[in-house]
Amino acid sequence: MYKYDHFDQSIVDARVAEFRDQVNRRIAGEITEDQFKPLRLMNGLYLQLHAYMLRVAIPYGTLDSRQMRMLAHIARKYDRDYGHFTTRQNIQYNWIKLEECADLLEELATVEMHAIQTSGNCIRNISSDQYAGAAADEVADPRPWAELLRQWSTFHPEFSYLPRKFKIAVIASPEDRAAMRLHDIGLELVRQNGELGARVFVGGGMGRTPMIAPEINPFVKADDLLSYIEACLRVYNRYGRRDNIYKARIKILVHEIGADEYRRQVAEEFAHVKTLGIDPPLAELERISAFFAPPAFDAADVEPDRSDPDFAVWLDQNVKPHKQTGYAIVNISLKPIGGIPGDATSAQIDVMADLAEQYGFDELRVTHAQNIVLPHVAKRDLHAVWQVLRNADLADANLDLISDIIACPGLDYCSLANARSIPVAQKIATRFADMDRQRDLGELKLKISGCINACGHHHAGHIGILGVDRKGVENYQLTFGGSGAEDVSIGKIIGPGFDEDGVVDAVEKATEVYKTLREGDERFIDTYRRVGLEPFKEAIYG
Amino acid sequence: MVEFRYRTDEVTEQPSVTLDAFLDQSNATAVRLEPDDDARALIPFLDRLTLIEVAFPKYRDGRGYSSARILREAGYTGELRAQGDVLVDQIAFMRRCGFDSFAPEASLNPEAVARALSTYDQFYQKAADSAIPVWKLRHG
Repeated sequence: MYKYDHFDQSIVDARVAEFRDQVNRRIAGEITEDQFKPLRLMNGLYLQLHAYMLRVAIPYGTLDSRQMRMLAHIARKYDRDYGHFTTRQNIQYNWIKLEECADLLEELATVEMHAIQTSGNCIRNISSDQYAGAAADEVADPRPWAELLRQWSTFHPEFSYLPRKFKIAVIASPEDRAAMRLHDIGLELVRQNGELGARVFVGGGMGRTPMIAPEINPFVKADDLLSYIEACLRVYNRYGRRDNIYKARIKILVHEIGADEYRRQVAEEFAHVKTLGIDPPLAELERISAFFAPPAFDAADVEPDRSDPDFAVWLDQNVKPHKQTGYAIVNISLKPIGGIPGDATSAQIDVMADLAEQYGFDELRVTHAQNIVLPHVAKRDLHAVWQVLRNADLADANLDLISDIIACPGLDYCSLANARSIPVAQKIATRFADMDRQRDLGELKLKISGCINACGHHHAGHIGILGVDRKGVENYQLTFGGSGAEDVSIGKIIGPGFDEDGVVDAVEKATEVYKTLREGDERFIDTYRRVGLEPFKEAIYG
Repeated sequence: MVEFRYRTDEVTEQPSVTLDAFLDQSNATAVRLEPDDDARALIPFLDRLTLIEVAFPKYRDGRGYSSARILREAGYTGELRAQGDVLVDQIAFMRRCGFDSFAPEASLNPEAVARALSTYDQFYQKAADSAIPVWKLRHG
């Protein structure tokens, strides 16, 4: 894991002092809420329906047990004893008091954490593959590149007032576990003649105009990366639309001028930017990479005892193969049946931290699907880990099943929402509570957004649900066929919307159609892609 | 009105003209760039300019930051002024992009500006100022 040196620490400490000053000016009435708003928004502090919400950055979703414990401590001390892990691999606290905010950030800074650029029209937290460093299919660990980008983007003087927010994801596997092409910039590390570089995709995104990012460059070398990304951003900062907030994301620019013209403009800008000497030497990437060296794997390859059927189900569903013999990747579901997707109590966060420390080389990951990963667990320890998780209500064996739902906070918390998301997620999970039934349905990614901004990734759901407001009544539209994985696609609305119970029924009917029509080991989305919408529509509306 | 100026040469007295007016005629030595003006149009004339004023009608509109860097990267050494909705918390970024004078619409507290400019002493990126980026300090 990356460790701060005194440079990194001094920047984060300075930010705490600056924010403390800004908050004090606000509390003293020296600045108005209007003037304070852009300042707090640069620091992840939102005024929500009921209270301030603070979003804490978890760079590329990686953290150690000390940092995880701090997240628990903050939930306990400053919030209502829980936190909410987000689709951008961050954590949000929903009940923060303005007066305590600077103290909270000061405590975070003691464990090399912050809330810098977790909101605002700037470059947000860099996201990545939660299996980085553990996946067998990666060409390299993507996190050093993400850290390089984190540093470059932190307080970038030219790109802090972009037309709109800007999200970057870095992956290094053909299998995409980070919805890479649904980001403003997606990078996929690849090797060309032995050299590591990045495929660059620009202009993806969800929101009200979902788009899949086209490839803009098939290979950017490591020592050109920052110049190239800087060129990408400069073209956007200069020519991205600012007349309409809903058309201000880079996807609209790339779409309107076309990928070829955008590529040409970036190439021209890059030719100039490259002369400025803004790229660190490769030694910097090597310095960062050293922090991500593989841990000292030494466990023998022991197959776990599967005699306990509950444990066996969890093994099959939540434990994934590791690149190192004798090890496995453990997924901890934050989706208990009837719970709030992504929420964890302070006690649960502590349990996960303890497990990482005792069994997982002190590493944890947050996933964009709002779960937690212990990336390096010896197979011989899996049963012990499972028992601890079970005692903490963290052993739900539903990874990638229909109850592993992504949901935004929705109208229960969010001031932008049109409809509630959480109760819909709870009802669907409860309807499909039977594990055998869920497992029979197999991988089925269901994602719920409470408004058109699509924070719940409904466009990328095999089944997506979008909450809208129809004449003052919450109404839910269904979309089928989306995917955020390497088979990326945008879901399509299937027909008129439903009320809350109606949408649960419609989802159930869709799963029945799938069960009737599936061939071989087809997933829901495969069947849908093969047979099309008609049979589903007939069953649901017919 | 220029409230903060970080240069020692004399203030240009000549009023600035629009980019179009400048390109049409002129022997003006001061130009004003609006957010949607292309700063690169000035590159052939930088030698004879002593003031380029970059307008910020709204603080949220960050195009002027790129205009400033483009001008500095092209070798412009004259006065580069940020004018308009310039707030105290933007000044440090603006300095890094090459602005060296500020004419905020709403007057700013000099102490707050000084504080804003001294908050950070380390910077991750190379920009248009003389700050040495952290990666260079790490590797020499």
